[in-house]
Amino acid sequence: MTREKTDFWVGLFVLLGLVALVFLALRAGNMSSFTFAPTYQVQARFDNLGGLKVRAPVKSSGVVVGRVSSIGFDNQRYQAIVTLDLESQYTFPADSSASILTSGLLGEQYVGLTPGGDDKLLKQGNTIQYTQSAVVLEELISKFLYSSASKEGTASSEKPANGAAQTKQ
Amino acid sequence: MSVLFRTISGLGGMVRGTIYHLGAFTRLLAAILRRSGIAVSRPGLVSQQVHFIGNYSLLIIAVSGLFVGFVLGLQGYYTLNRYGSEEALGLLVALSLTRELGPVVTALLFAGRAGTSLTAEIGLMKAGEQLAAMEVMAVDPIRRVLVPRFWGGVIAMPVLAAVFSMVGVIGGWVVGVLLIGIDSGAFWSQMQAGVDVINDVLNGVIKSVIFGIAVTLIALYEGWNAKPTPDGVSRATTRTVVSGALAVLGLDFLLTALMFSN
Repeated sequence: MTREKTDFWVGLFVLLGLVALVFLALRAGNMSSFTFAPTYQVQARFDNLGGLKVRAPVKSSGVVVGRVSSIGFDNQRYQAIVTLDLESQYTFPADSSASILTSGLLGEQYVGLTPGGDDKLLKQGNTIQYTQSAVVLEELISKFLYSSASKEGTASSEKPANGAAQTKQ
Repeated sequence: MSVLFRTISGLGGMVRGTIYHLGAFTRLLAAILRRSGIAVSRPGLVSQQVHFIGNYSLLIIAVSGLFVGFVLGLQGYYTLNRYGSEEALGLLVALSLTRELGPVVTALLFAGRAGTSLTAEIGLMKAGEQLAAMEVMAVDPIRRVLVPRFWGGVIAMPVLAAVFSMVGVIGGWVVGVLLIGIDSGAFWSQMQAGVDVINDVLNGVIKSVIFGIAVTLIALYEGWNAKPTPDGVSRATTRTVVSGALAVLGLDFLLTALMFSN
């Protein structure tokens, strides 16, 4: 086989590898969701992050408007501090609120932004004032158990006095 | 007394031999890297080896990838169906291929298909005293014979692993979507949501490059140090497959622990 022919087949081989990589990155991977749009950073403090991770999406009305760029701990206030990378094409009022939500019952966690009503807009370096922490399932269950137990306690103590007066707590 | 003496000296010899081989192996790597200039000044030599090692391995890699993808689709569906989450099949197939099976199975096949031929070729060159003849003609055999083969293997291996993963994903799609009837949109969207380009795809490529270096170097080392007899060459070829496969599996454990253990 001549030199040119070998080179041609080798070139085709390497090209096939590149096609495979591009396929894996674009079709199987999340490369297509990478944005190189200009962004601005805002910060938000949360009491509890739950399972939020870096690069988790920031959504408003279900649309991805940015990503979580870093997660840290503020040792002055004992709160988690999250930096959000928001795309510059989306602007939000300064009093917007951020909450940590879960997609589906057991899905990944993301930051939900709910716009407020302020005339001023969130700018680079601002801090979101209103935040809502992640719902921790164990806390929820213990709250539920506690409240149902106390309800039962009052119900059983009131029962002998007046039949079905359970509406009063 | 002499039995005890022999046992202990045998143990010592084993340790010394291991260290000797490790040292010789590293020195061969250093010698190849030092003479790698020829890969730039005569790229035709490397291209010839990529053609021999890579193009001719393409068929076995693509067919294996297709069938591994088929089997992943069937077995993954069996398990996921119990939890009512068959849509995650795409994610399962893509993650197992890009993170583990793509690089590892390709490297094992690569050791069997390309590594053995490298060892046998160099071992026979040595047995036929071609390497000695080269040295007599003032041609450095490491530079002329080993360096192009080394770079050919290192270039071919990641390409083959990427092809393997791609064909495997397509195989999983064929079984999952065409045969079983999972929704095609859910199959791809779950995959795209779960496979990270840097964490999964890029780490898989890094793995395949490291496996390529390890397998090619083991094949060259065994050929280079083969006894110049028919028996010696056949033993060296066997050793290439055995130590190549063991090295790939051991390295894979180390790399997985380093890359994915957060």
